[in-house]
Amino acid sequence: MNFGATSWSLSEADHTSIGQVLQRFLFDSKARCALLVDKSGQLITTTGERPAFDVTAFATLAAADFAANDQLARLIGERDFSTLFHQGERESMLLADVSRRVILVVLFDHRTTLGMVKLKLRSAVDELGRLFERMFSAGLKKPAGSAPALLGDIEDEIDRLFQ
Amino acid sequence: MSMINYASREINCKIVYYGPGLGGKTTNLEHVYQKVSPNTRGKLISLATESERTLFFDFLPVDLGTIRGFKTRFHLYTVPGQVYYNASRKLILKGVDGVVFVADSQMDRMEANQESMQNLYDNMQEYGLDLTRIPFVIQYNKRDLPNAAALGDLQSTLNPGWEVTDPVRKRAVPDAYHAGEYLVQQLPTGEWVERAPYFEAVAVTGDGVFDTLKAVSKLVLKSLS
Ligand SMILES: Nc1nc2c(ncn2[C@@H]2O[C@H](COP(=O)(O)OP(=O)(O)OP(=O)(O)O)[C@@H](O)[C@H]2O)c(=O)[nH]1
Ligand SMILES: [Mg+2]
Repeated sequence: MNFGATSWSLSEADHTSIGQVLQRFLFDSKARCALLVDKSGQLITTTGERPAFDVTAFATLAAADFAANDQLARLIGERDFSTLFHQGERESMLLADVSRRVILVVLFDHRTTLGMVKLKLRSAVDELGRLFERMFSAGLKKPAGSAPALLGDIEDEIDRLFQ
Repeated sequence: MSMINYASREINCKIVYYGPGLGGKTTNLEHVYQKVSPNTRGKLISLATESERTLFFDFLPVDLGTIRGFKTRFHLYTVPGQVYYNASRKLILKGVDGVVFVADSQMDRMEANQESMQNLYDNMQEYGLDLTRIPFVIQYNKRDLPNAAALGDLQSTLNPGWEVTDPVRKRAVPDAYHAGEYLVQQLPTGEWVERAPYFEAVAVTGDGVFDTLKAVSKLVLKSLS
């Protein structure tokens, strides 16, 4: 069936490649932790220090924050804000657009500087962009045997989940 | 946009509750939050005004359990129903997998229902999405109120059906939730029409809240297959 909404999937290999890019970025920038969030608000992965907060809620709010700012940018005549910066007393965060589909959120503290994080961000964003472009175009082609086989004939299982 | 993560073995889907202001969207989420066990749901996040009107959205993640070894998680969102928050509504629809339209059954809210339904069509269209082709259910809420409109009137106004053109879909499909009714049927004129599944609800007491959620979740999971 051809539904309007698109779906995509993340393979183990994709996950590993993403993890490598993020780890290198964290090492170079001395940031604490990086989260990748899809623009519909779903967390894709986190790397670095394990966050002590609710990451699901965080992902949703980050996506909403980014989406609202995107509209603000348009209202003032900018195409978009490719990065957003929120400065706190101890923790700061930087949000960056990746290929217009995904948001990279970086949390950092006094062990580094905004300048340093921004400097290292560019190449990480480019690399992630290439990875996601490839994943999304693969996802749209819907290779046989992935989701279809996985989810075929699941009526009973869905009923069981809801009892 | 559903996401299947083979690395963490998770499926995430996004469901949006849409509808006119004060229709009961937030109340639906609050009921789900109260009723499901704390270890299968996350925080309920509400970005609301001082007077508890939704300003940007409410959000509640719910784990449905495991399907074929994949942890299945639904992200439930509500939009702000008030007319002037359309910019926010549009943002929340981004990447939606399934929509619940929460209508206010009260007679004097009929126009607001219609306006909101039209607004939903328009906003979906801007994302290139067709409401007749994605998982979509309608909830007639506030059935407890004395000024609630008759079900038939609500159906003919808000869920009149759309024409089925695809020949393979031209076969009668009974409505599993209402005996003797059909989701796809042929009219005496020969034309085939399809309607969205509908549910009656009293969200303040929880009546119909899970039936609605269950129906849209099933449609979403089926749409992935
Ligand atoms: N009598 C009755 N009242 C209801 C029902 N469902 C919701 N309400 C009440 O209606 C009012 C509005 O409900 P909300 O859930 O905040 O409505 P909403 O659709 O989220 O409104 P917005 O955030 O402005 O879009 C609240 O006072 C609810 O208690 C119902 O089934 N019956
Ligand atoms: Mg609300």
